[in-house]
Amino acid sequence: MALLEVKDLKVRVEEREILHGLTLTVNEGEIHAIMGPNGSGKSTLSHVIAGKPGYEVTDGQILFKGEDLLEMAPEERAAKGVFLAFQYPVEIPGVTTMNFLRTALNAQRKARGESELMVPDFLKKVREVSKSLNIPQDMLKRGVNVGFSGGEKKRNEVLQMALFEPSLCILDEMDSGLDIDALRIAADGVNALHSPKRAMVVITHYQRLLNYIVPDIVHVMSKGRVVKSGGKELAQELEESGYAQFEDAA
Amino acid sequence: MNVAVAKTGKGRAVSDLFTSAEGRLPGSPSVIAARREAFETYERLGLPHRRIEEWKYTDLRALVGEVLPLAAAPDAAALKRAAEAVKAHAIDGARKLVLVDGVFAADLSDVKALSSEVSFKTSRESLEKDAGLLTTASTDAVISLNAAMATDGVVLSIADGAQLSAPIQIIHIATAASASSFTRSRVAVGKGVHATIIESFVAAGAKAYQINDAVLMTVGDDADVAHIRLMDDAPDAVNITSQFVTVGANTKLNVFNMTTGAAVSRLQGFITLAGEGSELSANGVNLLQKTEHGDTTLVVDHAVPNCVSREVFRAVLDDRAHSVFQGRIIVRPDAQKTDGKMMIRALLLSDEAEADNKPELEIFADDVSCGHGATAGALDESLLFYLKARGLPEKQAQALLIQAFVGEAIEQIADDNLREHVIGIAERWLERRQ
Ligand SMILES: Nc1ncnc2c1ncn2[C@@H]1O[C@H](COP(=O)(O)OP(=O)(O)O)[C@@H](O)[C@H]1O
Ligand SMILES: [Mg+2]
Repeated sequence: MALLEVKDLKVRVEEREILHGLTLTVNEGEIHAIMGPNGSGKSTLSHVIAGKPGYEVTDGQILFKGEDLLEMAPEERAAKGVFLAFQYPVEIPGVTTMNFLRTALNAQRKARGESELMVPDFLKKVREVSKSLNIPQDMLKRGVNVGFSGGEKKRNEVLQMALFEPSLCILDEMDSGLDIDALRIAADGVNALHSPKRAMVVITHYQRLLNYIVPDIVHVMSKGRVVKSGGKELAQELEESGYAQFEDAA
Repeated sequence: MNVAVAKTGKGRAVSDLFTSAEGRLPGSPSVIAARREAFETYERLGLPHRRIEEWKYTDLRALVGEVLPLAAAPDAAALKRAAEAVKAHAIDGARKLVLVDGVFAADLSDVKALSSEVSFKTSRESLEKDAGLLTTASTDAVISLNAAMATDGVVLSIADGAQLSAPIQIIHIATAASASSFTRSRVAVGKGVHATIIESFVAAGAKAYQINDAVLMTVGDDADVAHIRLMDDAPDAVNITSQFVTVGANTKLNVFNMTTGAAVSRLQGFITLAGEGSELSANGVNLLQKTEHGDTTLVVDHAVPNCVSREVFRAVLDDRAHSVFQGRIIVRPDAQKTDGKMMIRALLLSDEAEADNKPELEIFADDVSCGHGATAGALDESLLFYLKARGLPEKQAQALLIQAFVGEAIEQIADDNLREHVIGIAERWLERRQ
């Protein structure tokens, strides 16, 4: 079943068109990779899907489980199962990670008409997940991402993903700034979440990440459009020949 | 009463204020004479207005207009209502001293449970004896008015070396609508004392009342004292409070103010570090909404060398609220090695809210380390979006960020219980916004 359908999407930022008619369909259980040079609009696409303000959709639509995503507030999208692991997770001083996780999880549950998770159940779950991601407990007592290394910030995103159990996970440049060990831990965390009901969209500049998270479908993005889609061998091809051929195509 | 707001009528109405109250004011003829003199000072100056530098941002003539007549002494019904309010606002384990409409209420207070190292009398008793309580280091119109009109208060003296495990909580309760209460208290803290003093201002059903309070406090050497003020008066009330604090040597003083109520409020504090080696931590939070006006004016006077002062103030302003923070650090010529820092931040939740932050350094010594910063701004959109993208609705995302913002001041409260209590007050304020 189609989980996410992006149809002929045109998006402007500050009067400038960034996405020029982008089409993308992601089905349940699939892992998609979106590759493309810097500035091709990958983060813009992820932000528009998550509902970040400042983007003007001038044409096209985005359906999530058949519903019009663009009509929903960001928090509604989250509660319905859209999760964006940010390229640059923000630091929130004064809000402990633990408090943030619990507040967010319960807000999502409330929006879905589910009861709040009891504190012991919640703590147990956080402990399990953070252990598997190699996140020390005292990190959870600190302000969200405050003083975290690049790798810790990315792992914190994966931690949230594991906790919130979204049906669509978009990972924006999860590999940027990570050394190989940190990358492996984060990728293992992501792979552990792979399930027949859940889809992943892995945005990356480099092929390297796709050695750890193996995609079913690879899309090449250039200048605000998907210019080519194919199997995982496309990633390898890109690694060898670079993006230049597609820049001209776009 | 209308006469009072008319220009030509001001003097007359003001005189009525004093003469009609005179029968209720404690004091021998000589004390009454001192009060009359104070009243004349007030009458000559009138309510402070914007052309008086210290009151530039808090023009009481424009904001308040007239001083309401003295509240009647509370009757049985008023005391009954006050008793309910005491229950609701008492801090766990605290020894309560309750003032209802400016009059000490013995039956609602825990005088007998006070430590034997704390001597207590009412300000009424003190003023019946002499006018000592009426003298303050500086006088302006509202302080003079307070000296003239104060009906009661508490006079506490904490003996040298006392280690008080229970906090002392002075609770001001307003039951009388459209009337004024004037209170004046003195707290003398001896050497080596460990104590916590809390002051709470609350309404028991009363509306549109005015409070004018003065606190005279001295803290001896080698002491460790927390002084917490929680002002949650009715949304249409006025609260003007003046604090005079003198600190001895090698003492730690932790003061905190929380403003969550009153249409118009001003807390003016005058803290003098008069003994070497002392550390002052003075902090506060103003949570204001609608058209509330909250002013914190704090003068920290480093009179001697080698003291540290730290000030962290936060204001959160919704709707058309107006917050004022005037912080002055004075470093006297002898006060070398002074270390004084002040950080004021205002969070504007609405385009129509206003923050006036005025930090001032007056430094007369050359070997000092002093600094201040002041900012005002909205919530960070990128943080808000991050929280929303994780499922928090707008108001809840704001609430989380606001808690973090005020937390920077609240975390300066050393006592765990008190800090949690104050966090609870902030949380309830945020819930009212939802
Ligand atoms: N907030 C913004 N304001 C103006 N231009 C922007 C903004 N965000 C992105 N852009 C522009 O949009 C284009 C695509 O950026 P982005 O989506 O970040 O690309 P990618 O993630 O593929 O590197 C770039 O040319 C970038 O400069
Ligand atoms: Mg990007």
